[in-house]
Amino acid sequence: MINLHHYLVVASLMFTIGLAGLVIRKNLLVIFMCVEILLNSVNLVFVALARDFGLMEGHVVVFFVMAVAAAEAGIGLAIVITLFRKRQTIQTSDWNLLKG
Amino acid sequence: MLLVILLNNPVASALSLVMALFSLSGLYILLEAPFVAVLQVLVYAGAVMVLFVFVIMLLKLRPEDLQQDRVTIGKAGVVLLGVPFVGFLIHKFLSVPVESSFKPVAANFGSPKEVGTLMFTKYLIPFEVVSILLLVAIIGVIVLAYRSPTDRD
Repeated sequence: MINLHHYLVVASLMFTIGLAGLVIRKNLLVIFMCVEILLNSVNLVFVALARDFGLMEGHVVVFFVMAVAAAEAGIGLAIVITLFRKRQTIQTSDWNLLKG
Repeated sequence: MLLVILLNNPVASALSLVMALFSLSGLYILLEAPFVAVLQVLVYAGAVMVLFVFVIMLLKLRPEDLQQDRVTIGKAGVVLLGVPFVGFLIHKFLSVPVESSFKPVAANFGSPKEVGTLMFTKYLIPFEVVSILLLVAIIGVIVLAYRSPTDRD
């Protein structure tokens, strides 16, 4: 029978995949997608625990997290576009202006 | 989900992320959260991912950039050092005692009406704060992405 543990394990695997992608990828767009994965794994934990406790507070929190994620995606992509106009690249390894 | 970080082409990454988000919405339905499941499809798979694909298409990515971002064995090996972290996390989760299956809940658990009632009574102030946050985000995006007609190249 599927119980809370299974959902928590899936969520922690998702979180790890997102974190790994955040570290190994250089493409800024893919890095933003990894942030979305992180937020989604936390959402899954909230919903699973809401189901377990029988309280709907978790659903409300997930709604707020989604709003914040949407705002973050919008602002982040606008920053990506601005940076791309200046430097014609979105590879993080090409942004080494501060390197001594 | 793994494909998102392993694939070379950002468009392919974005499409596999859409697939993952749809599957997550299915999990929400299994967890008796239909309102959250519908929001997931509308907000993430709909709005956010369209935005991502739009920006990918908007930027002229050079093929050599994509080559440079290949996930090599070395990088993957370094990431494998994080496996103890996952193991620890899963161990902690599994040590929490739970019942073998979920308790039954009321028939209207997680319906839009119930969640909405909670959101507009107990959590009204956070809701308003989120609306202000979204307004600030809209204005910020316009300010960032706006280019006056004079400095067009």
